[in-house]
Amino acid sequence: MDVRYINPFIDSIQNTFKTMCGLSVHIGDPSLKIDDAPGADVSSVIGFSGDAAGSVVLHFSFETASKVCTAFAGADIDPQHPDFADALGELTNIVAGGAKAKFDGVNISISLPNVIVGKNHCVSASKSSPRILIPCSTDAGAFHLEIGMVLTKPAAVSGDVQTAGVNA
Amino acid sequence: MNILLVDDSRTIRNIQKNVLKELGYENVWEAEDGVQALARLKEEIPDLMLVDWNMPNMDGITLIREVRKTNKSLPIIMCTTESEKSRVLEAVKAGVNNYIVKPFTVESLGEKINATLAKAAAGSTP
Repeated sequence: MDVRYINPFIDSIQNTFKTMCGLSVHIGDPSLKIDDAPGADVSSVIGFSGDAAGSVVLHFSFETASKVCTAFAGADIDPQHPDFADALGELTNIVAGGAKAKFDGVNISISLPNVIVGKNHCVSASKSSPRILIPCSTDAGAFHLEIGMVLTKPAAVSGDVQTAGVNA
Repeated sequence: MNILLVDDSRTIRNIQKNVLKELGYENVWEAEDGVQALARLKEEIPDLMLVDWNMPNMDGITLIREVRKTNKSLPIIMCTTESEKSRVLEAVKAGVNNYIVKPFTVESLGEKINATLAKAAAGSTP
């Protein structure tokens, strides 16, 4: 995976969380995902198709997910609430949609979101393409952004962004 | 004033409903996809429709094309994550009156709704 491709996701997650949840997202050092860690309680997954293959995943603890959902929806939402998965899925959808718009010259489609709920689960993905983990912290707690994306044709990444360093 | 919200996310519909309530519009109908929306439109025509693009069963752009076959005047706002220029043009060509990209602020959504309704009231819808 070209590390330039992570910047649109960083921009999008910061913009989405600030606009929809009123939360500033502080980005930690990205790293290559070398096993199925991190264990998470809630993972929200969006797949890519068209000129791209792969997915973006947000990994949360129950506590952080509840606080993020509550900030997003403007109402108390815990993991038992019927809108819990819907809220996280939609938030991930907005993050993925904002990121894909930054890839010029390619046609990327995003899937409907899937949300996995279960204490300390892992999300496995194809090992054929590197996946990058980005720690994020907010006033609602910490979570991880995971990106694995391969483009089938070259794309320009729009926006004046710096390439984040990746620690293997 | 009747407003139809079409989005597969109940969270987004609730956010939109809260904005509409603040604007004084309380008579809100909901649909989870284009199929449900078309069924609702057969019963009654609203004064405004907010439509998501990516939904299961029938997406928003298909819904708008279906609606415009028989109704050229219903004000429609597309509210979506699809922000590429080509997508916006596609939606305009299909017949939307206004377009708002997620993420949106409550203020920006309110402004788009008010502007679209004002234009419709002035008789300038396509």
